[in-house]
Amino acid sequence: MQRSVGYTLLFATLVCVVCAVVVSGAAVLLKERQDENALLDKQSNVLEAAGLREPGVSLPPDVVAERFATVASKVIDLATGEVVEGVDVTSFDQAKLTSDPETSRVAPANPAKVNRIPNQAMIYEVLGANGEVEKYIFPVEGKGLWSTLKGFIALGADLQTVEGLTFYSHKETPGLGGEVDNPGWKARWPGRKVFGPDGEPEIRVIKGRAESPEAAPYQVDGLSGATITSRSVTYLIQFWLGPDAFGPFIEKHRRAA
Amino acid sequence: MADKAREALIDPLFNNNPIALQVLGICSALAVTTKMDTAMVMSIAVIVVVALSNFFVSVLRDQIPNSIRIIVQLTIIASLVIVTDQILKAYVFEISKQLSVFVGLIITNCIVMGRAEAYAMQNPPGLSFIDGIGNGLGYAIILMVVAFFRELLGSGSLFGAQLLKLASEGGWYTPNGLMVLSPGAFFLIGFFIWILRTWKPDQVEEE
Repeated sequence: MQRSVGYTLLFATLVCVVCAVVVSGAAVLLKERQDENALLDKQSNVLEAAGLREPGVSLPPDVVAERFATVASKVIDLATGEVVEGVDVTSFDQAKLTSDPETSRVAPANPAKVNRIPNQAMIYEVLGANGEVEKYIFPVEGKGLWSTLKGFIALGADLQTVEGLTFYSHKETPGLGGEVDNPGWKARWPGRKVFGPDGEPEIRVIKGRAESPEAAPYQVDGLSGATITSRSVTYLIQFWLGPDAFGPFIEKHRRAA
Repeated sequence: MADKAREALIDPLFNNNPIALQVLGICSALAVTTKMDTAMVMSIAVIVVVALSNFFVSVLRDQIPNSIRIIVQLTIIASLVIVTDQILKAYVFEISKQLSVFVGLIITNCIVMGRAEAYAMQNPPGLSFIDGIGNGLGYAIILMVVAFFRELLGSGSLFGAQLLKLASEGGWYTPNGLMVLSPGAFFLIGFFIWILRTWKPDQVEEE
């Protein structure tokens, strides 16, 4: 049916307005619930990296809050490795700091494709019964095949042995790169070593199957069908535990230990 | 009328199945079928989107100017998909994380737009709604069948409940890695189409 141009424009405008109202209405109404889910998910992932939660088991919100009580959140200055006192950890928003030129700097060219490094970053310390640090948990992120992978890596008190790795946000291909979520694959990380004899991060995801942590301390099994995602995991861990990011902090605390 | 409604609902299940006969929507059928729970949530999402988009397109079918009808259909479909995605993120967060981009990609699922253009533009809202449910169910049947075999043979479980004890955990069952990877779904869809066309030979294309 042929319609006048005016009618067509009017119709298009009406459809757009109605659809926009519906979409934004849904986004606004559901935002609070989604944010709660995202926070709960992040805390759960810190717990999982820390070994305080079985992989794949979801805990009710109160249990997560209770277990999270043994975890100390600290904001550190990346360049010096010093803990920054007097920062409100509950409202600390690393993503926001990273995008603001005032509070971040341009990253040197790196294979993890991290563009900016925040001046300050939040890490988590799992405390033992006497208040000593048992595990350090560092946030890591970098570009995968489709998306930015965001996760946590947990190191033991020696800041050398991996205790756990988990990704809480990514949009890699389900069944292929998406297998970075697979509990079986994540279980291959604990016991591996991060830093080589020269102090640089050596750990990498290889093609095929890696030997036991004793025989091949710096290697982890690759994900089949996901070469680019596997490589990205290597790059992002090496970047964030390297000299441009958490390196100074790790150096300092390893010497103290 | 009742006959037409029945036909709109039942026909897409086996006689005119969107995946098996029309071979539409294969991409997501491969991607989300390693586990039954993700396949089920995806199926429900597609059923809801196809049914509602058919309904709204049909309601507006006499008002939509012909020159912009495709983009109007697409706007309606895209809005429905975004709302569905938001709801999944708010209420089934874990599964929506596993489905990742594929809920958003329902927008490009040929089944949805195909039905809007081929059926909803010519038929009244009630029938179009039923046709959407029928086509969504046709998609869902394949997804569930494929996911059933992939999860059972690939992971030894159904809906996450371990049924076959895995060799890696001291049991007897060595999982079939092919089933977890995408090609496994191709084989299964191929078998499904083979069985369907043996049962209903009129679906076989002419040489």
